[in-house]
Amino acid sequence: MSEITTAFGTAISLIFSINSELAQIVGLSLYVSICAVLIATILGVPLGASVALLRFPGRGPVQVILNALMGLPPVVVGLIVYLILSRSGPLGVFGLLYTPTAMIIAQVILVTPIIAALSRQVIEDLWAEYAEQLTSLGASPLRAMPTLIMDGRFRLFTAVLAGFGRATAEVGAVMMVGGNIDHVTRVMTTTIALEVSKGDLALALALGIVLLSISITIGALAQLIKDRRQMKGRA
Amino acid sequence: MTKSPTAPASILPLYLDNVWFRGRGNIPLIKDFNLSLSAGTRTMVIGPNGAGKSILLRLCHGLLSPSEGQILWSGSKGRPKAQAMVFQRPVMLRRSARANIDYALSLHAVDKSKRGDIIEDVLTKTGLTRQADAPAHVLSFGEQQRLAIARAWALNPQIVFLDEPTASLDPSATYQIEELIQRLSDQGTKIVMTTHDLGQAKRLGDEVLFLHRGRLLEQAPVQQFFEQPENDLAQAFVKGELLWWKRGEGSRRDPKHVR
Ligand SMILES: Nc1ncnc2c1ncn2[C@@H]1O[C@H](COP(=O)(O)OP(=O)(O)OP(=O)(O)O)[C@@H](O)[C@H]1O
Ligand SMILES: [Mg+2]
Repeated sequence: MSEITTAFGTAISLIFSINSELAQIVGLSLYVSICAVLIATILGVPLGASVALLRFPGRGPVQVILNALMGLPPVVVGLIVYLILSRSGPLGVFGLLYTPTAMIIAQVILVTPIIAALSRQVIEDLWAEYAEQLTSLGASPLRAMPTLIMDGRFRLFTAVLAGFGRATAEVGAVMMVGGNIDHVTRVMTTTIALEVSKGDLALALALGIVLLSISITIGALAQLIKDRRQMKGRA
Repeated sequence: MTKSPTAPASILPLYLDNVWFRGRGNIPLIKDFNLSLSAGTRTMVIGPNGAGKSILLRLCHGLLSPSEGQILWSGSKGRPKAQAMVFQRPVMLRRSARANIDYALSLHAVDKSKRGDIIEDVLTKTGLTRQADAPAHVLSFGEQQRLAIARAWALNPQIVFLDEPTASLDPSATYQIEELIQRLSDQGTKIVMTTHDLGQAKRLGDEVLFLHRGRLLEQAPVQQFFEQPENDLAQAFVKGELLWWKRGEGSRRDPKHVR
């Protein structure tokens, strides 16, 4: 018991003294996840909107693939990215394995389907409301797409936050493709896993607290957006 | 051959030629419509709930396509742009009143430099200058309906379809909308609207289309229609007989033989 109390005390002091190792790990985590979520947003929102609005050939398969990807276990994504980036893999020449870039790639694959699926729902709901009016004004679904993305921006932002939550919480895939190398590819989740297995609880606890704070902040932000929308009658 | 921009080629009359529309399960909802809608007059589409009034407007406007038959615009193939529709429930984008009109103009490829004046003009006409920069969805229902008319008006259409534009409005808001429709019409826009308010149909209408169960039972000048409708069912409807439809069945006159 006292061991845990001591670890907890050390964890708190690590956070408040802005321990450089801790800061580096948190910084890398945020960097990887933010990059991944930005890319996933750029890919996922138009993809979700297209599936919602357009009747293009291959729409069915795209939907199936998106749904399948959404349920993919992270370790499988990690394995695939590992195989592709490994020395003998198709992209081996770039030497990306065990770099932050590899981790970003893995997270993009994990997060894009989530953002796409949630965006699709948002855009479909909005289109149900707008379709007649916009068609009446002469807008094709393609033409209406930017309008719908614009008008659904708050709800889409909530989808992006959900993606960010998933990205920061992910362990398996980034562990495999990042390698959890000290000062290079060590992020919050992988460090926690490692430190706990070593029996060093202080750093793990400190990172756990930071990670928890991040997900609480995300949750609060999403709630705030929802409340403001409802207040303005935008529900 | 130079066309004056103030007098573009007329897209009216609009002809419906043996038009049928079938809904889910192939159920006919519009049955064999033959009619022409000409410029200048105000056409009131009336009939009981479920008669097919809204579907008729959507067909004419081009939101639905006929299952059989043709809808033909004069001097224009396909769906011309010089038309607009005002729905029973106004649908506004999540942006200011002004931006909503601007958006419609941009879809109609109106030059950006010309939009400002057009927007001010229609906002003034509809009495919405004070609300111009408010988010459209916080406007009252009546204001939103006026904004919907302003948005339609901005497009300078030759014909406007209005689907129960004053349903669920209070008397003063109804009066404002009627006045706007009157002015829109005075400016030369063809009005086709549905209403359940027979007084309104008398006040605003030049001619009446009476629909019943997907059939056009009568098309007549408004005075003639209300004074001596040719059709039995129309007669009962005008008198406001609550069981008027039962009468139709009792006399074994299926509406489709009445024409
Ligand atoms: N897309 C559709 N598919 C199938 N049936 C439909 C469709 N739209 C409407 N209907 C049905 O067609 C009939 C006519 O509908 P419509 O909305 O045109 O009636 P209306 O005359 O406008 O009635 P109201 O006065 O209540 O507005 C109704 O019975 C309705 O349930
Ligand atoms: Mg209707």
